Amino acid sequence: MNWLNVHARAFAQAVTRLASQPLGTLLSAMVVGIALSLPAAGFVLLENVATLARGVSGTPEISLFLEQGAGVDDVGEITRRLQQEAAVASFRHVSREEALLQLERGGLGDVLGGLGSNPLPDAFVVTPRGESPELYERLHALFSNWPAVEHVQLDSAWVQRLHALLGLGKSAVLLLAGLLGFALVIVTFNTIRLQILTLRHEIDVSRLLGATDPFIRRPFYWFGSLQGALGGLVALATVWLSVEALGPPAASLAATYGAVFSLSGPGLHEALAIIAFAAFLGWLGSAISVRRHLAERLV
Amino acid sequence: MINFEQVVKSYPGGYTALAGVSFEIRHGELVVLSGHSGAGKSTLLKMIAAIERPSSGSVKINGQDISHLKPTAIPYLRRSLGLVLQESRLLFDRSVAENVMLPLVITGHPPRDAAKRVVAALERVGLGGRDREMPAGLSGGEQQRVAIARAIVNRPSILIADEPTAHLDSAYADEIAKLFKSFNEAGVTVLVSTHDDKLFAEYRPSRLVLGKGLLIGAAAS
Repeated sequence: MNWLNVHARAFAQAVTRLASQPLGTLLSAMVVGIALSLPAAGFVLLENVATLARGVSGTPEISLFLEQGAGVDDVGEITRRLQQEAAVASFRHVSREEALLQLERGGLGDVLGGLGSNPLPDAFVVTPRGESPELYERLHALFSNWPAVEHVQLDSAWVQRLHALLGLGKSAVLLLAGLLGFALVIVTFNTIRLQILTLRHEIDVSRLLGATDPFIRRPFYWFGSLQGALGGLVALATVWLSVEALGPPAASLAATYGAVFSLSGPGLHEALAIIAFAAFLGWLGSAISVRRHLAERLV
Repeated sequence: MINFEQVVKSYPGGYTALAGVSFEIRHGELVVLSGHSGAGKSTLLKMIAAIERPSSGSVKINGQDISHLKPTAIPYLRRSLGLVLQESRLLFDRSVAENVMLPLVITGHPPRDAAKRVVAALERVGLGGRDREMPAGLSGGEQQRVAIARAIVNRPSILIADEPTAHLDSAYADEIAKLFKSFNEAGVTVLVSTHDDKLFAEYRPSRLVLGKGLLIGAAAS
């Protein structure tokens, strides 16, 4: 209970300090918020691009082409094996007759008619359970070793490209977040340094009266955390406003490609994570500053 | 209660503030520490509050050697002392009551009990009913009284004052001296430094006289 009381007191003190300088608080929150909004917006953009890419390209599939001489027994065996494979989400059998019919409908009837017999093999179109390139590689190797399977066509190149692009994007966003997070730590460090200089007399007097270092430090920790959290809220508001502004034109652009797409902002968990991250950086900046500037004994 | 044994305090550069001082103050004594400027009075008082550490020798309070006290233990030592400095060292953006309450806030006193103690301390120094005023609106003597109220609000067993009347005229100074005497009569050990030998004369205190860092005179009451 005492622990709660001392933190409640330090929290109230930090809020009072923030409220006593509304313009300074607003400006600091804006600086922190705008700095954080860039990586936050980058993260949101990546999530939306990933969703859009999945929507446009459909679910990636693996095609199994059987040998020309494969019979009903072979088709049955492959069907049985696919049913037992846990990594297979669904599959469908495309008979050689059905494949021929599809090609004829596609306008190749004259060409195929000249061949005399149906040159197309039985085939299976498999949808794996998951999208990781590793899974696709594993299934490719597995299917290639099955009897009567002539060729396995792995349509994973685009999956790999997408993953590579998203990975690159994530790395860029993380790098940006790291750099701007460092800037946030510096901003808080400097704010707390100025506060310590301003409150030097009060700190001196408190120490003379028996204040411990944690007693003096706590309000600064809370101040830094609250300033960071306020900056996080500004960043969220910036991202949300951007999403609202860019949503309609993005939807119009997607419609020209025949896709339905709506730009979405960060969800509840992402929003909380952004605020918590900002508060943590604020705390870190204040902790370093307090450690640096209160280490000098003032009395 | 307070025991100095061959205490030396020298600073980098060669200046020696105390050059081997030894004395003992018993519980309930009123002791006046006098000497010219630069005699080492402030340094001696600061050592009792662990603001300064001796270069050699030992300082004991209630039998505990505080010469090598851990930094984390110093605040708890200071809470057991009442400290009044030459300047009042009040917080001028806080009311009189908030200033006096500060030691109780630091020690985590329940707010209701703390408020009662503040009222009592202010009445004790003759400032009853002025708790909501700001220090800037008070005279120098009144500000020093607020500082004294702040020093006694935690009910310390030792009260240390470093030239508390230095900036006051003789009428105010006499009132402050009377206050210290009243605390002493209530059982508090009082050690007060002054360059005015006549100030406490009528109370017949014990005396310590410093000169150039040495104890050049001592007299029990």
